[in-house]
Amino acid sequence: MPGITREEVAHLARLARLELKPEELEHFAGQLDDIIGAVARVSEVADQDVPPTSHPLPLTNVMRPDEVRPSLTPEQALSGAPAQEQQRFKVPQILGEE
Amino acid sequence: MTTTTDLVSYEDALASYDPVMGLEVHVELGTRTKMFCGCSTALGADPNTQTCPVCLGMPGALPAVNATGVESAIRIGLALNCEIAEWCRFARKNYFYPDMPKNFQTSQYDEPIAFDGHLDVQLEDGETFRVQIERAHMEEDTGKSLHVGGATGRIHGASHSLLDYNRAGIPLIEIVTKPIEGAGERAPEVARAYVRELRELIRALGVSEARMEMGQMRCDVNLSLRPHGREKFGTRSETKNVNSLRSVERAARFEIQRHAAVLNDGGTIIQETRHFHEDTGSTTSGRVKEEAEDYRYFPEPDLVPVAPSREWVEEIRSALPELPLVRRSRLREEWGISGNDMQSILNAGALDPIVATIDAGADAASARKWWMGELARSANESGTALDELAITPVQVARVAELVTKGELNDKLARQVILGVLAGEGTPDEVVDKRGLKVVSDEGALTAAVDEAIAGNPGVADKIRGGKVAAAGALVGAVMKATRGQADAARVKELILEKLGVSEG
Repeated sequence: MPGITREEVAHLARLARLELKPEELEHFAGQLDDIIGAVARVSEVADQDVPPTSHPLPLTNVMRPDEVRPSLTPEQALSGAPAQEQQRFKVPQILGEE
Repeated sequence: MTTTTDLVSYEDALASYDPVMGLEVHVELGTRTKMFCGCSTALGADPNTQTCPVCLGMPGALPAVNATGVESAIRIGLALNCEIAEWCRFARKNYFYPDMPKNFQTSQYDEPIAFDGHLDVQLEDGETFRVQIERAHMEEDTGKSLHVGGATGRIHGASHSLLDYNRAGIPLIEIVTKPIEGAGERAPEVARAYVRELRELIRALGVSEARMEMGQMRCDVNLSLRPHGREKFGTRSETKNVNSLRSVERAARFEIQRHAAVLNDGGTIIQETRHFHEDTGSTTSGRVKEEAEDYRYFPEPDLVPVAPSREWVEEIRSALPELPLVRRSRLREEWGISGNDMQSILNAGALDPIVATIDAGADAASARKWWMGELARSANESGTALDELAITPVQVARVAELVTKGELNDKLARQVILGVLAGEGTPDEVVDKRGLKVVSDEGALTAAVDEAIAGNPGVADKIRGGKVAAAGALVGAVMKATRGQADAARVKELILEKLGVSEG
């Protein structure tokens, strides 16, 4: 069995920018274990001759020509921004004080 | 936050350690549209005027791959002697940073479109060094941040940042070398020569202008040291976004000296990204590097695999232009110049202007002479690149033509060039406005010659006595009298004629 640890859940939560309470870490560790266990069963039936599937459609090379299409107006683009300044998306300080 | 970094001298560092480098170069393609949407990539647009739901990462938006982007990636791969994948996918590289609106970068992970190639680069002394290429893959650029509230737009001390996503989604090709070993003390020079050769290659392929000063081509320098004789690599640092050829060399050199100082003290190198500072040539600590697994790469579900047919690949291969190294050796032979001369031309950035001038009708020797002489001097004085001077190769060719026809001598031609550079118009306009014509009016010339002979009887006697070389003094006098506008060769002929001697 995979055995997902609390520390691994905490690490994943940090990467995903999720704030989890200690009891949630326990809770999700168990759930993730179950999910991974269930998915792992697939490899029991899939042999070498079954390639991993990332896309359900048997398509390749779907491309578009290099032709300009209309963009949004800046007003439209910024309409969902919590804050803006100088026609730009305004975001909080990126680096903490060092 | 600036702390002085201990360094050991470059020579001492190399005496104890062997540098190993890895270079990652990002090239912004010159496609009309972004990699996964039809937004324009034109430069200089107002902020956030070239965005759409796809490049802003809005829910439900579906990306579609730019065919020209894929073709350009294959062109680059083939020119780098790579194999082209028969089948490959895009992948999501997950991380949070405000310049990336989707919270993942669409990139390629373990299935790059091109892999296992090499690029031969020429060092300053003409020696060739082969750099092995690990891979070239397709990805997309990020938005541009403007940091507000700190000193001079730096991220440190900024109170907040402003994002323009016009650049987000512009196609990037990342080209990664295999570890470069065995360069020894020439490692920084190899790094510079590699990036320069790559830049020439990218330009020759016509896939990007690759202007480093505009961020169209950026280099990350990975560097580690190991004691001589040890096979295992040391811990590396990754100096990000080094944006000029000179900086690539300086960054590698600085890191060699810094690593050596840490290792000599018994310390360990931290695997981290570092920022390069143009002003001091030094690097400072950035962030501790994530492990690849922290990016949680997975196949991009919204883009189907790219499987370039072998027919398409061969079609692209057969349409590749002559590659820079081959072209340089061909031109060197055609022009009959030495390797050193060719290297000086390259170093001056004069190759393309010279070729364009020859294409416009000038002979190779004149084209070289003007670009490497008067024009190189002007560019140097004004601190501009040769191809940014206010004169076109066609105009230089016209100047050369006027000299060949005998309408200008070199001295006048120089003035014409200065006039064009000063914005006085085309060469012909400058000739008119400044009245720069070789005096070919025989009457005026003859009078000036007579005057010169009369004014210098001693010299005239010497010439009559057979000292033809003394004629130079009289030619000089005539040139002075005509303010440089006489055809010196014709003047000499006239003088000798008058004095009844013949040359040779």
